[in-house]
Amino acid sequence: MAVKRGVTIKGTRDGLSLYMDDTYSYKELLSELEEVLSAQHILEEDPLIRVTIELGNRYLTSKQQDEIRQIFEKHNKLVIDKIQSNLIEKKTALEWKEQTDIKMYHRMVRSGQVLHVEGDLFLIGDVNPGGKVMASGNVFVLGSLKGIAHAGCSGNKQAVIAASYMAPSQLRIADIISRPPDSDEEGMYMECGFLDESYEKIRMERVTALSKVRPELNGFERRVMNG
Amino acid sequence: MGEAIVITSGKGGVGKTTTTANLGTALALLGNNVCLIDTDIGLRNLDVVMGLENRIIYDIIDVTQNRCNARQALVRDKRFDCLHLLPAAQTSDKTALTPEAMIEIIQDLKPDYDYILIDCPAGIEQGYKNAVAGADKAIVVTTPEKSSVRDADRIIGLLEQEDIDPPTLVINRIRNHMVNNGDMLEIDEIIQILSIDLIGIVADDDEVIKASNHGEPVAFQPKTKASIAYRNIARRILGESIPLQTLDEKITFLGKMKKMLGMK
Repeated sequence: MAVKRGVTIKGTRDGLSLYMDDTYSYKELLSELEEVLSAQHILEEDPLIRVTIELGNRYLTSKQQDEIRQIFEKHNKLVIDKIQSNLIEKKTALEWKEQTDIKMYHRMVRSGQVLHVEGDLFLIGDVNPGGKVMASGNVFVLGSLKGIAHAGCSGNKQAVIAASYMAPSQLRIADIISRPPDSDEEGMYMECGFLDESYEKIRMERVTALSKVRPELNGFERRVMNG
Repeated sequence: MGEAIVITSGKGGVGKTTTTANLGTALALLGNNVCLIDTDIGLRNLDVVMGLENRIIYDIIDVTQNRCNARQALVRDKRFDCLHLLPAAQTSDKTALTPEAMIEIIQDLKPDYDYILIDCPAGIEQGYKNAVAGADKAIVVTTPEKSSVRDADRIIGLLEQEDIDPPTLVINRIRNHMVNNGDMLEIDEIIQILSIDLIGIVADDDEVIKASNHGEPVAFQPKTKASIAYRNIARRILGESIPLQTLDEKITFLGKMKKMLGMK
């Protein structure tokens, strides 16, 4: 073993964790990684071992990540499970923020108008018949929802729609569409819609049910924490 | 300096032209200088409702194409000297008029009038854009039907993007017995959906059709329900505060007797 310890390996319950000291240069680490990996004597009959790479306070571009993956590929028995870092790119961070922000609007969405936001939509006002609200996150309407609401419009199946007065012409969550039965003319107060466990149908409940089905709604930084 | 008010609805046949003619008449009755502008190029009929069809010499397209000036094209009403009409052309279509030309005409006429009422064509295309271009205010006409409320909502959304005051609402052709039976939208329900200020309600009245066929706006008659309604709207435009008409037909003893005797 080399004297310097830029790369350390520890065994955990889920496999191996490979720590890469963030005070070392990337080049140093790469060569050391080669050394460490070739020094490991893994028997042919051993099962595949999953490795988590811990980068600490270092950011690797996807090209650099590929380089590391290539080194690992030379050693058949080791598979990279994930590469973890404390850092993310500013662009990614802004995207996350955009996706998780609550966008507040105070207006009416009238027939023929479309309100489309990234992240959650919090609308103070009505969505009239023929109007449409869309959000990549959740849709909350403090008012009457009589038009179309589309939550999770870029594919988020966890998204929910809630309204003070729910009488929509259509509800859409991700790629699932539902409409109220033809006999149902009256709306409901304080209702919400979300996808059921199979993610195939939109279920309507009182808004109080949300805390059970989507407990993660309580945390503000919820999706940032989940990555 | 006058005020230009566009009367619009989105949907056709809800009574824009009737409302324009009657509000114009009512405002003139109250002593205002009023100019009516018909922007429904190709399908003009404000002149017919006003009974001025055979007096037209020039029209609005003649004005924009400099064949005459705006004052030459104006037709004076046969009843009021203070009420004028700028008729639409019947031979061109809506693309013959531009928003810029409308603004120019309205700016030209404004100093001479207290009110300029612009009759807007149905739809949200060129004709609507022309009509709204020079307006300071807007009145949206709707009827207690879902389809016309839907279109009114659309129009209000478009008007909100224009640089004019928030529009006010006229609910036209209310049939009280249908509202009471729940077969027609209620006034409160309409206001709740559209959430703009109500400036007047007009009952569905046979007299309106009769009068317009005679080329004489109903507002000219002293006693019919619709004419009172239009005059009330006119007074509200002038800034007076007048309570809404009650639409319930009062069943009086005398009325009952008359009905029984076949007199009513």
